[in-house]
Amino acid sequence: MTDLATRRALADDAFRRRHIGTTVDTQERMLDAVGVGSTDELMARAVPAAIQLADDAPSTLPPAATERQAIAELRALAAKNTVRTSMIGLGYSGTITPAVIQRNVLENPSWYTAYTPYQPEISQGRLEALLNFQTMVADLTGLTTANASMLDESTAVVEGMLLARRASRARTARFVVDADTLPQTRAVLAGRAEAVGIELVEADLAGAGLPEGDLFGVLVQYPGASGRVWDPSAVIADAKERGGLAVVAADLLAMTLLTPPGELGADVAVGSSQRFGVPMAMGGPHAGFMAVRAGLERQLPGRLVGVSKDADGQPAYRLSLQAREQHIRREKATSNICTAQVLLAVMASMYAVYHGPAGLRWIAERVHASAADAAHRLRRRGATVRHAEFFDSIEVEVADAAATVEQARAQGVWVRFVDRTTVALAFDEVTAAGGVDVVSLLGLGDAALVDVEQPEWRYAHDDGSGWSALAPGAVRSFPQQLRRTSGFLSHPVFNTFHSETGMMRYLKYLADLDYALDRGMIPLGSCTMKLNAATEMAAVTWPEFADLHPFAPAEDVAGSLELIGELEGWLADLTGYDSVSLQPNAGSQGELAGLLAIRGYHRANGDEDRTVCLIPSSAHGTNAASAVLAGLKVVVVACDELGNVDLADLRAKVAAHADRLAALMITYPSTHGVYEHEVRAVTDAVHAAGGQVYIDGANLNALVGRARFGDFGGDVSHLNLHKTFCIPHGGGGPGVGPVAAKAHLAPHLPSHPFAQEAPAGVRGPGRFGGTPVSAAPFGSPGILPISWAYVRMMGADGLRDATDAAVLAANYVAARLAGAYPVLYRGDDGLVAHECILDLRPMTESTGVTVDDVAKRLVDYGFHAPTMSFPVPGTLMVEPTESEDLGEIDRFVEAMLAIRGEAERVGAGEWPADDNPLRNAPHTARAVTDTVWPHAYSREVAAYPFEDAIRGEARLRAVRGKYWPPVRRIDQAYGDRNLVCACPPPGAFE
Amino acid sequence: MANEQDLQYTADHEWVDADGDVVTVGITGYAAAQLGDIVYVDLPKVGDEVEAGQVIGELESTKSVGELFCPVSGTVTAVNADVAASPEVVNSDPLGAGWLLKVQVTGLPDLLDKAAYDALTGAA
Repeated sequence: MTDLATRRALADDAFRRRHIGTTVDTQERMLDAVGVGSTDELMARAVPAAIQLADDAPSTLPPAATERQAIAELRALAAKNTVRTSMIGLGYSGTITPAVIQRNVLENPSWYTAYTPYQPEISQGRLEALLNFQTMVADLTGLTTANASMLDESTAVVEGMLLARRASRARTARFVVDADTLPQTRAVLAGRAEAVGIELVEADLAGAGLPEGDLFGVLVQYPGASGRVWDPSAVIADAKERGGLAVVAADLLAMTLLTPPGELGADVAVGSSQRFGVPMAMGGPHAGFMAVRAGLERQLPGRLVGVSKDADGQPAYRLSLQAREQHIRREKATSNICTAQVLLAVMASMYAVYHGPAGLRWIAERVHASAADAAHRLRRRGATVRHAEFFDSIEVEVADAAATVEQARAQGVWVRFVDRTTVALAFDEVTAAGGVDVVSLLGLGDAALVDVEQPEWRYAHDDGSGWSALAPGAVRSFPQQLRRTSGFLSHPVFNTFHSETGMMRYLKYLADLDYALDRGMIPLGSCTMKLNAATEMAAVTWPEFADLHPFAPAEDVAGSLELIGELEGWLADLTGYDSVSLQPNAGSQGELAGLLAIRGYHRANGDEDRTVCLIPSSAHGTNAASAVLAGLKVVVVACDELGNVDLADLRAKVAAHADRLAALMITYPSTHGVYEHEVRAVTDAVHAAGGQVYIDGANLNALVGRARFGDFGGDVSHLNLHKTFCIPHGGGGPGVGPVAAKAHLAPHLPSHPFAQEAPAGVRGPGRFGGTPVSAAPFGSPGILPISWAYVRMMGADGLRDATDAAVLAANYVAARLAGAYPVLYRGDDGLVAHECILDLRPMTESTGVTVDDVAKRLVDYGFHAPTMSFPVPGTLMVEPTESEDLGEIDRFVEAMLAIRGEAERVGAGEWPADDNPLRNAPHTARAVTDTVWPHAYSREVAAYPFEDAIRGEARLRAVRGKYWPPVRRIDQAYGDRNLVCACPPPGAFE
Repeated sequence: MANEQDLQYTADHEWVDADGDVVTVGITGYAAAQLGDIVYVDLPKVGDEVEAGQVIGELESTKSVGELFCPVSGTVTAVNADVAASPEVVNSDPLGAGWLLKVQVTGLPDLLDKAAYDALTGAA
């Protein structure tokens, strides 16, 4: 470090001092424990010399900005965007985020810094919120079971199609798609279907019904992309008669007025919950949804929250049916979806909790009335409104649609260009509140009034001021037989918290049940629970970013395009690639996009037979699941006893499949938390046989500034912005999984039919030619300012320091705990990378204390458990990250050592094997204050094990931060055997 | 419950009670313990033709999924409806009430005896 750089790094306003938890002093103590002299020496010894980035390697990253400077630059970018009233529709609607939800959920670290609720005892708050979401979706769609959200509507449709193929008894590859489906969904479907050999048949279902022939399923958009509402029950019945399944992509708000898909016979309903209070944010993040009829529960992809019971027999929530997921089933998984959109699903569910069934219906009435009133006013001016029956969108014939779109834009409104002589107007909660004069918007102010039939509905106060004066409930511009007659959201949770005070307290109550980063360390290996800084989060809710429609004109989103282009460039620089696409909405989707790029590349070269994908046995299960969905065949490569790729087996498999070799997928550093020494030999062997190398970037945070995938043989990678680049986990989503590639693969990265081009002179997003993998052109732009700010404020040096600090922290934990728990895998010089696997199996063998016992006991000590039994059963994988300070890391170490001591007492027979503080953990306040205490250990040991275990400053911190779990250990098997995935009646808790 | 000494075994941890043309198939206690709490059992349908070595079903626990390999060839004559309703029976009584299916055999491959199976699982 130069003196100038040192001064900059230590300057009081330098962000890196805030992001990195350890200081120069504490790092010295940690280095002593590890037995190395400096972080430079640590990295030089841990990272194989063959892949190390030179110290003087050039970087295109600007020098680190302070927090204040970064905000000022973001303000300048935001000012280049122009927010107009959106009437574009197509699955993205203006919505009013209740302020109580914005402040207490979206802007509240108790919600956004939580992890996926794998440890259910410390996640009851968000599990309840997700159960509310599932209940809301199931009720509104009229189906039995909904999952805990999907990545977006278009990918939910893809998953619906794949589900239909699995569950259908028809032996055919044909899937029929409604011609009135959202165009972005059709684009995503086309590429995804082609990769797995599904034949799509597009048909005008409303006009002509189902086409002749076999089919395994049909997709109906309800209402249609054109806004049209028609009764699809006959088409659905016909499809089912032919052995197919009916998938209905439905608008949740419309379902409060229209007969829901379940009552029309649908097997599956999918869609987006965006318009339930989640800003459009230029495309995301939003929670998609999927619901199924009874009998298809086990086919649901993604996460599913269910009800079980705890050790006291009390109802408790948990993730159900996890063995379906790809980390277990690998290439036999039914889907590669692992992430949900939890934070956004929570927001949407709270919107329903806050408004309640009557409130939602009232909003829908107003939206529908606005559209109906607009149609009437336009007809009175002689305009032709294409469909008589609609919910919120109408298509209007005009002389010159392009000119009309421009005129409307000049009046501050985005309307949709449909074709040369048609525009569409979509109404929503925002426009229904008034302010848009559709007659002048379409330039019909001077048009003569014509006689049209007076609608049946009446104005409540016909003062001519607009639709806000309409009597809600009076307007019905859709088929009478489709009027919804069934009730919904009758559960008390949707009928209780309608005052802001009530809502605020409900959100606080739920947040207090959970353990997030605002309480303490979450040392989850492979998950990278680092700081999500307040400054990084600041821009997320700025209207210039939040209120953009994803298909808004390029000129109006110029600032966002510049931000996206800049971030793409920085990520390419940090990884050694040429191009980056930010479109994938999760790591799994980045994997899929990268593998589809490899497939596209081979096919473009005439190598259609290159379909074999080699995957080491240590890989994350999602790798294999994604490969299958990209149309590849998985061949597993063995690992040696040190956990590394077995080079001999790799060479044998490469030789055996040489002409058919498409790719190798490896993770670097490996899922074992080790910098594999021979990675260059691995990538060279694959290239020599004509294969492409996919490097899974899940562990990029151990490499940034020290090595680059593109320099040591990677052709393509996905990155996880929600790990390495500080996007918060949100309790299990959102995620952003950009795909980065070398130039030869770049043409095959995701494209999008509505991708905007940056204005001349600005480095905007890259433009590619592969199949789209998300509904929106740039995935989830709403959260990209987070990663942009992180890179901007760290600079190249700061990012490298973060890597070093993370690796030092992991090695420090390994050094301190290895005596109590053997470290399973190590790399060069006995060093680990950014995480370490603690082997608990010897302890389990000698004492009977299991991984589960230790994980749950950590709750009593005030910690979130490390990753359990991944990637190796019977182990814990610890990743401290660079953001934790030494005090917190030591507190964790002391807790783990104390638990080891407790296990010894169990092993020695001092405590019975079935009645000890480990087996009974975690302990609730209720349990330790019960009159009866029949246990072999004291209440103090149960609840305050810090007393004799934790010393020094850590003790103060721990006692002050005592976390009480709301439930005792949850019975996992009971919940899976007795599947309940909707809100239990309140009486269940009495 | 069958006498475990009289049963035959596969290396994939199924047991076979070969009594006449119709054999009963289940998974061993060792396999059930390895899987942990079984929560779902997927079995073939009565009348299905099955072949030795073919995957004919799945046993799912809270943490894992085990494939059920058919130890014999033939036609399925019965499946145990009780384990579908109460999968935990496979854990509590794998050789008895936790049986999985009965097959009218057309081919019975060479299988392991109790001693050979114990040697495989290290139980001997």
